[in-house]
Amino acid sequence: MSNNEKNTKFGSDRAPASSVASSVEVAKNEKDLGAMVAINIDGNDLKVPFGTTILDAAKKLNIKIPTLCHHEDLKVAGVCRVCVVEVEGQRTLQAACAYPITSPMSIKTYSQKVRKSRRHNLDLMLKHHVGECYSCFRNNNCELQTLAKEYGVDHYRFGHDTEPHHDIDRSSYSVVRDMNKCIQCRRCVRTCIDLQEVGVLEAVNRGPDLDIDTFASMPLGEVVCINCGQCINRCPTGALRANDPSDEIWAAIENPKKHVVIQTAPSPRAAIGECFGLPAGTSVTRELNTAMRRCGFDKVFDTNFTADLTIMEEATELLIRLKKALVDKEQVAFPQFTSCSPGWVKFLEHFYPEYTDCLSSCKSPQQMFGSIIKTWYAEKAGIDPKDIVTVALMPCSAKKFECNRPEMQDSGYKDVDYGLTSRELAQMIQETGLDLPNLPPSDFDDPIGEATGAGLIFGATGGVMEAALRTAVEIVTGIKTEKIFENLDIIPVRGFEGVKYMEIKVPAAGPVPPILSKALGGLKDFSFLKGATLKVAVAHGTANAKKVMEDIKAGGKFSECHFIEFMACPGGCLGGGGQPIPTSPEIRAARTQAIYAEEKTLYSRKSHENPAVDLIYKEFLKDGPCGHKSHKLLHTHYTKRGCKIV
Amino acid sequence: MSKTDKKLVIFSDIDVEKALKSALQKSRPDLINEVRDSGLKGRGGAGFPTAVKWNLAAAAQGDRKFVICNADEGEPGTFKDRLLLTDYADQLVAGMVLAGYAVGAKEGIIYLRAEYAYIRKDLEATLEKMRGKKLLGKKIAGKDNFEFDVHIHMGSGAYICGEETALIESLEGHRGEPRNRPPFPVTVGYLGCPTSVNNVETFITVLHIVEKGAKWFKSYGTEKSTGTKLFSVSGDCDKPGVYELPMGISIKKLLETVGGEDAKAVQVGGASGTCVPRKDFDRVIAYEDVSTGGSIIVFGPFRDMLEVAVNFMEFFCDESCGQCTPCRLGTETLLEGLDMLDEGKCSLKYLRELCSLGETMQVSSKCGLGQSAPNAFLSIVENFKSEIFDSRCTCR
Repeated sequence: MSNNEKNTKFGSDRAPASSVASSVEVAKNEKDLGAMVAINIDGNDLKVPFGTTILDAAKKLNIKIPTLCHHEDLKVAGVCRVCVVEVEGQRTLQAACAYPITSPMSIKTYSQKVRKSRRHNLDLMLKHHVGECYSCFRNNNCELQTLAKEYGVDHYRFGHDTEPHHDIDRSSYSVVRDMNKCIQCRRCVRTCIDLQEVGVLEAVNRGPDLDIDTFASMPLGEVVCINCGQCINRCPTGALRANDPSDEIWAAIENPKKHVVIQTAPSPRAAIGECFGLPAGTSVTRELNTAMRRCGFDKVFDTNFTADLTIMEEATELLIRLKKALVDKEQVAFPQFTSCSPGWVKFLEHFYPEYTDCLSSCKSPQQMFGSIIKTWYAEKAGIDPKDIVTVALMPCSAKKFECNRPEMQDSGYKDVDYGLTSRELAQMIQETGLDLPNLPPSDFDDPIGEATGAGLIFGATGGVMEAALRTAVEIVTGIKTEKIFENLDIIPVRGFEGVKYMEIKVPAAGPVPPILSKALGGLKDFSFLKGATLKVAVAHGTANAKKVMEDIKAGGKFSECHFIEFMACPGGCLGGGGQPIPTSPEIRAARTQAIYAEEKTLYSRKSHENPAVDLIYKEFLKDGPCGHKSHKLLHTHYTKRGCKIV
Repeated sequence: MSKTDKKLVIFSDIDVEKALKSALQKSRPDLINEVRDSGLKGRGGAGFPTAVKWNLAAAAQGDRKFVICNADEGEPGTFKDRLLLTDYADQLVAGMVLAGYAVGAKEGIIYLRAEYAYIRKDLEATLEKMRGKKLLGKKIAGKDNFEFDVHIHMGSGAYICGEETALIESLEGHRGEPRNRPPFPVTVGYLGCPTSVNNVETFITVLHIVEKGAKWFKSYGTEKSTGTKLFSVSGDCDKPGVYELPMGISIKKLLETVGGEDAKAVQVGGASGTCVPRKDFDRVIAYEDVSTGGSIIVFGPFRDMLEVAVNFMEFFCDESCGQCTPCRLGTETLLEGLDMLDEGKCSLKYLRELCSLGETMQVSSKCGLGQSAPNAFLSIVENFKSEIFDSRCTCR
C-alpha cells in the first residue's frame, strides 16, 4: 500500500473529506489536456485551457461574477447558487465556480434570468440571517451585506426572522459561534475538514433544518477543536468570530492601579494595516507602537524578544536531546517538534497524544513573555506583578486558549492575561479615532523590545526553523552561519509548499559556548555531531502536519528527522485565525514578503546575538538555557487528550 | 398488488440464462448498438439515452469501472422496482452483467432502498444461484476475459440518494448530497472511477432488447419514446397496481385501463412530476410530453388540491439535502406560501412572487431534486388557481 493510499484511508477514518467538496476535475482523457477551448462571455471571445471554470474564465476578461460559498483556499462546493450564469443551450443555470469548460460555449453572466435567480437566492439566505448589520462585527466587511447591496435588496421578500433561533456558543476560549447569522455556505466545514483536517464542524440534518454543527451538538469548547480560527477567516458573515477581550483590556487601561503591558507578535504588524485600507503586505510596526501607546498601554514590548529566547531554549533542548542520544546513548524522543503554535499543540494532543514527548517543552514566545513580564520585568520595574496586566497582540485565536491553560501560571499569576487578535486591536484603534497609517513611528520599550530578525520571521512558515538553524548551525560548527548560508537566507525552509524538507551536513565542530556548558553536562565541543547530517522539516496547516505525522507513524523519512517545525495555520502565523479578513494565497504571500523585507533592515538576524537575551541570562536566568529557572518559567508540559477535552 | 395480464416487453417470457449467454456472444459495440437502435431511454425518469451513457462509460479511461443499479426507488407513488426486485431479480442481474460487459466493468453494485431491506435475502440468493450457474463471477458464460460480480449496498432512507451522484456519495460513506456535474459519473463516478448508474427497469429492458431485437422493442411506443414502460398506479382508481403500457399512451386511456375515469387530476412522475388537470387528459405519457419514472397518482373529484400541494411540498422540505440555497429554503418558502393560501392570507402578488421563486428553483438548484421540487406547486397553482386561491383568499 502506497503512502497515498494510507493517507486516504486514514482520512476516511478520522475526518472524511467533506461531501460537497468534490473539486472541479479535468477529464482524464489526456488528449484533451492542454487543449484550448473557444468561448464567448457576454459578447467577448476568449480561449481558455480545457477544464477552466467559468468563474476563472470570466476573471480573465475582468468580468465579475459574484460568489459566496466559493473560496480560493477551499474545495469547490457550488452550493450557494449566487454565481449562477446562463450557458446557451442549457435549460438550467450553471454555477460558475463549479462548471469546467470542456467544449465551446456561449455564456451570459447577467441576463434577466441570472439576475432574478441571484436575487432570489440572496432573498432566501436573508430569510434566516438574524442580526442587524450595525450590531455586527463584520459590518462593512461582510460578503452577504455587500451582495445584498449590489443586488439591490431593499426589503425582505420572503420574510426575515427577527428572533434568534440558536443560542450563541461562547464555550470556547477562542471561537464564538453565532449560528443565527449562518447562511450554510459551508466554508467553515470545508476549512475544518479539508483544509485543516480536524473535522469538528459538519452539516447535520436536511433541508430547511440543515445546520452546521459539532459532534452531538456539543459546545465548541468541549470538542476537539484546535482553536486555529481558520473558519473565522473564511466565514462570509459574522457567524464566526474570535472571543473578544477588548472590553476587559479597556477597563484595565482605565484602571490607574493597573500597569498594562502589551507584547506584539510579528505577524499582526504585517497585516493590521489592511484594516485601515492599506494594501496587504504593508508593514506598520513602528506606527503601531505609537497607536498602542496612545490607546493607553503603559509599555509596548516586542514578542520577538521571547522568540529569540525561544530559539535559545529550543536549540539548547535539541542539542541536549542529540547529546543524550549520541553521547549518553539514552532513549530520547525524536524528532523534536516545535511548540510555538498552540493550534498545532492541541492538534497533537488530540490526534497524536502518543507523541507529546516529541514536543519541545519550551513554551511559546507569548507565554515565555508573560512569565518574564511578571517576574524579571516586574522586579526590574519595581511593580507588584499582581498589578500588571499582560496583553498579547497575536495573529491567532488559539493564543486565547493557550493563555488560559491552567499550567500557564508559572510566574505565580496568570502569565498572559489576554490574547488580543489583530482584528480586535484594529477595532480598539478605530475606537480612538487614531489614523494608524499616518501616526509618527516609534520604537519598542526597553529592555524587552530588543529583537533580531530571527524572532521576526517566526511569523512566516519556516521562520522558526530558519531562526533555529541560524543559531544552532553557528553554535555547533563554530562557523558563522552566513558563511554556510548566503546572506543568512535559508531558502529551502521558506515558501508555501505544504511540507518542506532539508538536510544539513555538519562540516565542523565548534566549542561548546560557556552559556551552554551546564546544559550540556560539561561537554567541551560538538565533535559528536561532526560529519552528521541534520534532517529538518517544516509543515504548515494541520492537514500537512497530519501527512508528516502519518509518515512518522509509518516509519517514513520524516521519522528520521531531528527537528520539525509545525504551524497550525496555512502560511504560518501570518495566515492566523486572528488576522484581518479576508485571506487568500495572494494576501498571505504579500504579508510574508513584508516580514522578510523588514527582517533585512534589522541590526542582527541571529537570536543568540540579541543583547537583551544575553542580559536576561546574565541577570535573571543565571543557570543558562534549559537551566533550573528557565525550566520553571519558560518550559511547560502537555496533556495527552486524545478524544477527550480534559 | 396486481400486474397487467398483457405481456409486452418487460413482462414477456424470457429464458434468462439463454438470453444472457447469447447476448455475451455479441461484440461490445454490437451490444451497445443494439441498445442504441432501440432508442431506450433511462427508466428512472430523467430519460437519458442508455446507449449514450454506456458508450461514455466504455470510452472513459480507467482500470476500474462500476455498474450501479439504482434500486433506491423513492419517488412518492412508485413501486414498480419493488416488483421487479422481488419477481424478476434474475433478469435484473443479467441486465447488469450485460452493462458490465458493455462498459468494461468488473464490479456491480445494487444500491437497495433502505425500506426494501426485506428483499435483500432473496436478492442474495439470486446472486448466489447465478454464481452457481457461472452467470456471475469469473469467466461468465465461458468467456475467458470477462468477469463480473454484484454486491448489494443498503441505502439509509434518503430520497436524495436516488440522484446518481448523491447515491455515489452515499456509497462512498459520505452524506448523501449531489455532486457538481460535470464531471459526470460516466467519467468520474464511484471512487473516482467511470461509473454507469442505471435504473432497475432499464437493466431488465436491455436484456429483452438484446434478446428480441431493437426493432421488436420499437414496435411499441412513439418515435421519441420507444418501447413500453412500467407504471405504478395509485390513488383514486379502481385497479391500482403495476402496469406495463406502451409509451405514448394518453392519460385518458391510462385512466380507463385502471378505472380512474372520473379523476380530476393525475400526478404524473410523483412528487417531482407534473400535476395534469382533467382538461389536459389527452396529453400523452412520453419523454416528449409528460415524462415519468413510472409514478401515476390519481386524484378523484373530491380531492383538495391544496392539500395535495402541501403534501408534496412537505415531502420536499423533508427530503431536500439542504446543500444549495434555492432548494433548502425555496421548498420551505413555498410550503409557507401554501399554508398562507390555506389560511386565506396569501395575496395574489405574493403568489406570483412564489411562482417566480419556483422558476428560480427550477433553473438554479444544484440537482434534479431542487429543479423539480416546485413542479407540483407550479402546476397545481396554474391549473387549480380558482380552487386553491379564489375560494380561500380574503385579502385580494
